[in-house]
Amino acid sequence: MSNLMSGAQMLLECLAREGVDCIFGYPGGVTLPFYDVLYEHPIRHVLVRHEENAAFAAEGYARATGKVGVCCATSGPGATNLTTGLVDAMMDSIPIVAITGQVPTKLIGSDAFQEADTFGITRSCTKHNYLVKRLEDLPQAVHEAFYVAASGRPGPVLVDITKDVLQGQGHYQPVTSVHLPGYKVFTEGHTGQIRRAAQMVEEAERPLVYAGGGIIAAGAAAELNELIECTDAPAVITLMGLGAMPSQHPNFISMPGMHGSFAANQALSNCDLLIALGVRFDDRVTGRLAAFAPHAKVVHVDIDPAEIGKNRAPDVPIVGDVKRVLAKINKLLVEEKAPASEKRSAARRAWWQQIRAWKAEHPFPAPVSDTEIKPQHLMAEIDRLSGGNAIVSSDVGQHQMWAAQLIRFNEPRLWLSSGGLGSMGFGLPAAIGAQFARPDKLVFALVGDGGFQMSIPELGTIASNGLPIKIVVMNNGYLGMVRQWQTLFYNNRLSAVELDCFPDAAKLAGAYGFKGRTIDKPWDLAPALEEAVNEPGPYLLNVKVTPFESVYPMVPAGAAINEMVLGPPQPVPVPAT
Amino acid sequence: MLQIISLLLENKPGALMRVTGLLSQRGYNIESLTVARTLDPALSRMTIVVDVEAVKRQQVIKQMNKLINVLQATDLTELPAVVREMVLVRVRTVQETRTAVLKEAEIFGGRVVDSSTEGFAIEVTGAPEKLNEFIDVMRSYGEIEVTRSGALAIALEAKKLRLQPPVPTRAGKLEEPVY
Repeated sequence: MSNLMSGAQMLLECLAREGVDCIFGYPGGVTLPFYDVLYEHPIRHVLVRHEENAAFAAEGYARATGKVGVCCATSGPGATNLTTGLVDAMMDSIPIVAITGQVPTKLIGSDAFQEADTFGITRSCTKHNYLVKRLEDLPQAVHEAFYVAASGRPGPVLVDITKDVLQGQGHYQPVTSVHLPGYKVFTEGHTGQIRRAAQMVEEAERPLVYAGGGIIAAGAAAELNELIECTDAPAVITLMGLGAMPSQHPNFISMPGMHGSFAANQALSNCDLLIALGVRFDDRVTGRLAAFAPHAKVVHVDIDPAEIGKNRAPDVPIVGDVKRVLAKINKLLVEEKAPASEKRSAARRAWWQQIRAWKAEHPFPAPVSDTEIKPQHLMAEIDRLSGGNAIVSSDVGQHQMWAAQLIRFNEPRLWLSSGGLGSMGFGLPAAIGAQFARPDKLVFALVGDGGFQMSIPELGTIASNGLPIKIVVMNNGYLGMVRQWQTLFYNNRLSAVELDCFPDAAKLAGAYGFKGRTIDKPWDLAPALEEAVNEPGPYLLNVKVTPFESVYPMVPAGAAINEMVLGPPQPVPVPAT
Repeated sequence: MLQIISLLLENKPGALMRVTGLLSQRGYNIESLTVARTLDPALSRMTIVVDVEAVKRQQVIKQMNKLINVLQATDLTELPAVVREMVLVRVRTVQETRTAVLKEAEIFGGRVVDSSTEGFAIEVTGAPEKLNEFIDVMRSYGEIEVTRSGALAIALEAKKLRLQPPVPTRAGKLEEPVY
């Protein structure tokens, strides 16, 4: 059997062997050899309309499945356009591999046409990156990239390949192993620390689980739920972790942090043991760090040693795969369950009573109006149609926070959202990736009118592939979250936040050959959403909501998380004269 | 405070950029950095001195260890270690002070590497603080020019190097690709 093949064929062979079934990309001069062999290959290539969206779509694919998403771009502008998506994947620990073309080796450094220092530019945007200048290095680099992207704390890896490598001819040998002697992945967790953690969980009077995206990445939802069943501890789930436990679970006390629930933030501020699982004590969760969970001892489980102690020094640090560590903790808790003392049982009962009171005292505000569509009303209707089962790919801003507060998720990988980087323009292309990955699923691209206008070109990708994505634009005519801050902290001087022009949704969708509609009456909301969901193809629903609604509760920047603002500032009564 | 880090890393293109990029990205200031190949030409040894708050020292090491090309990052700040630096000083001296300059150089264990009617070029090796003193002394004799190497450090106790074994790929097990 002849195994003489071109670099481009070798690349494709490697991708096929990694189980890649779908690539989101955009061709160009130096990737021509690759696209030439892709032409008759069963791997599906999805032509996006901008490279940034190729990276976001690859993320959507990865977030919806846990598999490595793949995107591809040409040299120079193609590669630089990928960078936002790469950083986004870096911040949220999403496994993607980006393939970029590079100018021929002999032209590197000559300011050649479409040359950019992709290797240098993406150093800080990736978990690791490669510049392949020799054909014999190519298969190794590609397989290493997939291994690094998916193992340990997942993340983006970029492989930059020169045109002469893609064109070169060589003998292909399957790569049987990758050897990265300095790449340390700790999975098991320290036995002694695990024992201590289990003991502390057992003894705590006011325990609280604080779980995040690490649970999703590790596929540890079952172990998390077992811990919760076994201890009856309440749990707060971060924006990145939503779906790690069913939103209806009685122990779920919602999202913590800046726009988290009153109960979640109070619980954090009053717990005596914080069981932190696959979280990184992000500033949007902790508020003022010094005042975060001030009474709590902390057990922190994370696969990345650098996250342990980065923001909060834990009492029990455990570096490991949260799935394996939790399984061990659960086993100890079940095996060595001692009857709780009367004092502890009473304390736990009082803790639950307190949490229920907090939950009842200030649930998330969900106003409904007879005359206009409240944004929260929109989220409630999407929630009703989803029933916790649809994929919701959100953009960034107010709608993202309302969605996270009010839409339920029964399982992991349904809620796709740009958490760490907060990239506007993420929601719609990520929905494309998710719909390709999960053709069986109802997918909502839930976006604001700002982010949507960053993504309009991708309506072409949706239309040409007939993707039945339901694009719901929460349209308040403003960059709402920025406006909210201007209102609260900049004397309501609304600088550069008004989006006073928005295309006619029916015409815009019609121009791409699918249905669209604009609504602004609350009585139209449910029927319009149902129409969208029942439409076999794509649907663009532009929902004009109350323009001046703000997201509450809100923890002002720099405040402790129990210093929440629960609603809009009340007008100061004018003293009678 | 100053932290002394010894790094053992793979001698691969871009490895230096990864280290310096990481330091600036995380907001740590590099005081000095030296790098050269080890006995094994595939590896490099780097000594980095960074200015960082004491509480952040462990975080710096952890971040370094996350770099895939880094085999080992060791904080030598408080470990038994020898730290040395070399300085080359060119000092202009008038005829009357030449002997005194030579005497001073001798006190610091220096070596004259060039001598001319203008003055001397002197090489001194020692602990970085010692070199500061030497430079101060030389300055008192006249105009000087100074080049320092940056610190080099070696731990006095060997630290076990733990390397990861090769990992089999799924790709290698397949006789034929999936398609």
